[in-house]
Parts: sequence; C-alpha cells; structure tokens
Amino acid sequence: MSEKKQQWTFKRGEPRYGSHTDKEGTRMIGAQAVIASLEAEGVDVVFGYPGGQAIKMYDALYDSKLITHYLARHEQGAVHAADGYARSTGRPGVVIVTSGPGATNTVTGIATAYMDSVPLVVITGQVPRPVIGTDAFQEADIVGITMPVVKHSYMIQDPNEIAKTIRDAFYIASTGRPGPVLVDLPSDICSSELEFHYPDKSSLPSYKPTLKPNAKQVRAAVKLIEAAKKPLLYVGGGIIASDASKELVELAELMEIPVVTTLMAKGAFPGTHHLNLGMVGMHGSQYANRSMNGCDTLIAVGARFSDRVTGKLSTFAKNAQVIHIDIDPAEIGKNRNPNVPIVGDAKGALAAIVAELKKHDAKPIDDEWVAQVNEWRYKHPFFHPTVAAPGGGITPEGALDLLSDTIDPHNSIVVTDVGQHQMWAAQHIITEEPRTFLSSGGAGTMGYGVPAALGAKVAHPEKLVVCITGDGSFQMMNQEMATAKINNKPFKIIIMNNNALGMVHQWQRLFYNERYSNTVLPDCPDYVKLAEAYGWRAVRVSKPEEYQRLLPGFLASPEPALMDLRIATKENVFPMVAPGAGLDDVIGAVSVGDITDMIVDGKEGQR
Amino acid sequence: MIQEHVLSILVENKPGVLSRVTGLISRRGFNINSLAVAPTEDSTMSRLTATVECDELAYEQLIKQLHKLISVYKISDLTNGEVIARELILVRVGAAPERRSEVIEIANVFRAKIVDVGKNSITIEATGDHEKLSGMVNLLRAYGIREIIRTGRIAMQRSSSDK
Repeated sequence: MSEKKQQWTFKRGEPRYGSHTDKEGTRMIGAQAVIASLEAEGVDVVFGYPGGQAIKMYDALYDSKLITHYLARHEQGAVHAADGYARSTGRPGVVIVTSGPGATNTVTGIATAYMDSVPLVVITGQVPRPVIGTDAFQEADIVGITMPVVKHSYMIQDPNEIAKTIRDAFYIASTGRPGPVLVDLPSDICSSELEFHYPDKSSLPSYKPTLKPNAKQVRAAVKLIEAAKKPLLYVGGGIIASDASKELVELAELMEIPVVTTLMAKGAFPGTHHLNLGMVGMHGSQYANRSMNGCDTLIAVGARFSDRVTGKLSTFAKNAQVIHIDIDPAEIGKNRNPNVPIVGDAKGALAAIVAELKKHDAKPIDDEWVAQVNEWRYKHPFFHPTVAAPGGGITPEGALDLLSDTIDPHNSIVVTDVGQHQMWAAQHIITEEPRTFLSSGGAGTMGYGVPAALGAKVAHPEKLVVCITGDGSFQMMNQEMATAKINNKPFKIIIMNNNALGMVHQWQRLFYNERYSNTVLPDCPDYVKLAEAYGWRAVRVSKPEEYQRLLPGFLASPEPALMDLRIATKENVFPMVAPGAGLDDVIGAVSVGDITDMIVDGKEGQR
Repeated sequence: MIQEHVLSILVENKPGVLSRVTGLISRRGFNINSLAVAPTEDSTMSRLTATVECDELAYEQLIKQLHKLISVYKISDLTNGEVIARELILVRVGAAPERRSEVIEIANVFRAKIVDVGKNSITIEATGDHEKLSGMVNLLRAYGIREIIRTGRIAMQRSSSDK
C-alpha cells in the first residue's frame, strides 16, 4: 500500500489532505483526532511504543487504514528510525510514545535530530491534567526536559486545539531550518470529545522563516565570486535539507569552483564529479583541507563552521573572503564573521547567484586553481590499501572501498553509526545522490545506525540499505533487528569489529600515551549467534579472500543479514587534524611515493 | 567590550514561555542580571524585560537565538536612546527614633515614600532608574541596611521617539 502513496510529492509545510478528509466535521475523541490529524498531514508511517497514557492513541490507530505503525523495541530506536525515515525522504518522521520513561527514552533521539536539523514530530502521552505536577505514576515533564533540544514544543491543554497544534507542529518541523517538534498530550484530553476540523494552513505570527535572499546581498556575493581567483564552495547539510543539489552543481560547473562537503552534506554533490573534493575537517581529505586554507573566496552554503570542520578557528581559511548562505540567521557570524552574509533558503540563494552570474556572462575561473587543487588531490590522496593487510587480516579502508564499488550508489542508502567506522565510511563510500548517506553528525550518537537503517528501509523498501557500524555502537541499539525481521524490512549490517571503542582508543593511542582506559571490548556477545537469534542471516569474516568472495552475495541476499567483519584494533582513521589544531596540521597523511613512511609518532605497528 | 543590555521581549502569554526564554539565555552562556515579566495590554502576550551583560558578538548571537524561539514575537533593545527605565526598591533601614528624621530627609530628596516604621527601623519605597536608586541606597548604608528588595528593570521607549 505504501508504494502507491510514495507517488505523492510532499510540499514542505503543507498538509497532504488538510480539511479534505472524510473525518472533517465529525465528532470524535481527542485520541482519534490525533490520528485523524496525522492522516490529514499525509503521514503513512509512524514509529512508536505504546503505554498507559498512550493507549487511547493506539486504540485510535488500530482503526487507521492509512497509517502503518512500526513497533520499535525501545523508544530511542523509534525516534532514530523516524529520523532515518525523515533523512532519507525529506518528510517529517513521526513518533508516538507514552509518558514518563517512554518519553524520556526519546531524548537522545530528539537531540540527535535537533543537532542535524532533521524534521520530526514526536507525540508523547502525558498523565491527565488534574494530576500533572503530583509525581503521578509515569509522569515526566517531557516538555521541560526536551526544551533545549527541540525546535518547538507544545502541551495541548484543550481538545479543540489538537488539530491546529499538530498542523503547526508539522509546519514548524519541516520549514525553515528543520528540526524536531514535540507534542505532549495529557490523556484526559485524549478522551474528551470534539468536532474535528483540520486547518489547511498554519498561521504563526512569530514564525516566518526568511526564504528569499536579499537581492543586494546576492549581487555583493556575485561580485566577490567574479573577482575570485581561488574560490571554494564549502557546503553542509542545508543543501540536502533545501533540496539544492541541482543548483549547487550548476554554480560549481558554471564557474568551475571546487566543492568540499561536510559529513552532513555527503551526497549533496556527486561523489565522482571532477570538482568534488570530498569531506573537509578533522578526518577530511588533505586536499580538501588544503583547499580550505588556500582559497581566497569561501562560499559557505548551509554549513555552520563546526569545530569538527574548522579546527582552530584563528587559522581557518584565514586569507579568504567569506560568503555565508544560511536559512538560520543565528548561524551567520556565530563562528566566523562573513564578508557577505545571505539569509535564505540554499536552493533559492544559489539559483539567484547563478542567474546573476549568467546575466553578467560570467566566465569560469582560470584553471590554475583547479590544477592546484588536483595536484594536492594527486599528491595527498586518502589511503587506499588493498583489502588484504600486509600482515594478514582485513584493512577497513580496503573493505569499504570494495563495498563502495559493489553497491549501486543510485539504488542504495548507507547508514553509519558513530566512531572510526563512520569516518572511514565518510571517506571511502562514494555517494552520488542526496539522502543516501545517513549519519549522526552534530550529536555523534552511538546507536543511531541500526534503527536509522530500519527507518530508511521502511521508506525505501526497493533500495539496498547498508548499516555500517562498530562493535561499540552496534550494542547500543541492536534490539531493532527484531523490528526489521518481524516487519520484513531486510537491511544489511556490517560490524567493523575491532574489539575496541576504536575512536577513543585511537585518541588514547595518539594523545594519551597508549593508556587504553575502558576502550577494550572483548569478544562478547557472539554477534553471529546474536543475529541468528533475531532470525537474521549472519557471517563472521576475518580473511580478505573471504570478504571479497562473500560480499556480493551478502548484499544481494533478500534476507536481513549481518556481517561480523574483523579488523585490527590498531587501525587508525587518517588523515587526522588533532582536536584544536589548524587544518594544516595533519597527522598520518599519505603522500604519493612515501606510503611506507606514513608511520607517525606513537603509532608504531600500523600495517 | 562588555556592556549591559536591556532587552524588551514580547512573548506569547502561555505556560512555559518564561522558561523557554530564560533557559535559552542561560544555555547559551549568558547571565541574566534582572528580569521582570507581566502580561501586556493584550492579554495573549507578555512583556519580558531582561538585563544581560555581554560583549557585542555574544549579544548579536543572543538576539538571533531568541528570535528563533517560536514564542517570541518581538525584541527591542532599550539600552540606549530615548528610553524610560524604572526599578522599584524596598529598603529597610536601621533607624533609632533620634535618627529617623535624617533617614526621612534622604527619602524625601529621592522622592521616596516611607511605607513602614518600626521601633528601630524604617522601610522606604522608591522608584526610579538604576543610578538614582543606587545613589539612595549608598546614602542609606550609613544607617545600616537591614534588607533590600529590588525588582527587575522595566523599560519603555519614549513617545518622542515614535516614528
């Protein structure tokens, strides 16, 4: 049934049916109004977990023919799944949970979505109004608890406000800079009667995001771009959120401007495009980082100059004039003061810049700069070893290069967890389309991967969904393997198992005299047996030939499948800019001709 | 340069809005020096007057972040220019009967009111701008201040600055 509904094109901020449903004008109770509101929005998928104060909503959901509910095994899993659904589709993810612990379990999921600007509507049950504030059973002040990590939140106080509140929640979540919105619903409101009327529009006098860029600022930006000798586009998740990939490619190609992407922008610009320099920042390519510091004009679009990108701010792109385009005025000037600030939607702003450049008959910059960038690209590539490590075993980079070569980037979604495997994946998985690489960037939430992959698979049953995780992250949220199995949403999990909390282990190796405090994970549980207990196919792979032989069949299998891929604990993610250092200050970078010399201090034994 | 700013913030008059605003201010690392909140002539809205100390860059960031709150309608900076700013203060001063008249004289100079008289103390109510009240308090210190209660500052644009 959901295949048919995918045909509908979602318009940001607008309900699918609004007042045009057969529920319009009928009498019902509050809980039914919640479900009717979700239907009016066009919601067809909800993730959640019932409980005492949510039971009436679940009772109403039982009658819904339009909504499929996926019962998660943990509320945090439900929120990450909705997040994976939202990131892979662009539509708000929807969650229903109960009060108290049900609600507090959503907090990490909400914070994850908030940091990465993901649209979510989270509906929490609440104890009845008369007992709010009395420490009633399963009472938690979830509006208060989540206040710092939501775009907005509501506690509904009147059954007649249910429809309007849910409309506003969807509008706020999906417009402007997207984000999570929480709606807290006391259970006595759920049982009150009302006449259902769903608004077609949301009208919020205090919320009017600036979409259209200021024309004068656009002309100022164009002037800088035309004068630039060494321009660079630095793009973030805002490109994906505003669906601006086409406009980005147009601008880059029109002027021959190289593009660096943040982790959140992976997929925003085609991975194999000759102007793509890949990820910038702490574990970015050395050529991307060199370009960042070498450019004379930096065009930042939908990116927020995060510390993981800039390293030491005072040395970051210090010779560059900065144009900063962002829909959130608070991001402009927060970390770096731009020469030309543009508040607006990335799509519209880029289109306006392209149009203005075309009006001027602007010519591409001379190829000197691109030649320079390409020289860096050639001289300081990522480390691309073979799958087989010299001393036996599997290299993580080689394994992911092979994975990237095996999957069809136009028909697959890669989801990561958080840690070393995440950075290796960001470096080595080539993405060609937006919304095909999902990762917890700002929050860095371990445990995101498995449930988010479930959400992506629910949204895209026709696509191959691969979750790349680590032995640490995997253990935080693997219970959602049950949800995937039971609902027949077969995705693939590859655990890059190095028997360690690899990223912290790496920092301890490099910066803490190899004092491996609490970062060693012995072989427990047996991941293959665990996966089999969930009804998944599972395989343990520790030899390179095995990996090469098994990988295609593993990915092609129609069943949910897990691979316990053994890699060495000593593997590092390189190159690396040490925390607090400038982008020029790189550890473990490879240069052509001296790959054997790449061993750096404190890293003996690497390969 | 660190400067004190007086912000007049028009917000929805709804439960939780005050903690949204103050929570954001403290979460972003600012300290509120004083705060006054009450409904406006339109009962669906409240006026929140806050004074914060910060440098220019931080101030700009704070205003932008506050604007992002859906509950915030309007923010005006009433730090400088044509502004009427007032605070209310209650001061209990130690004053034996023989020194009462001196204290009352000081109160009169500042156009303050005597609102309570005890055996050995006098309570004074005064309104005015921050400097005037501080000036009065400084003079009263000599008599021994038992207690001070001070409201947050409230401020309003002068009508002469109407556009």
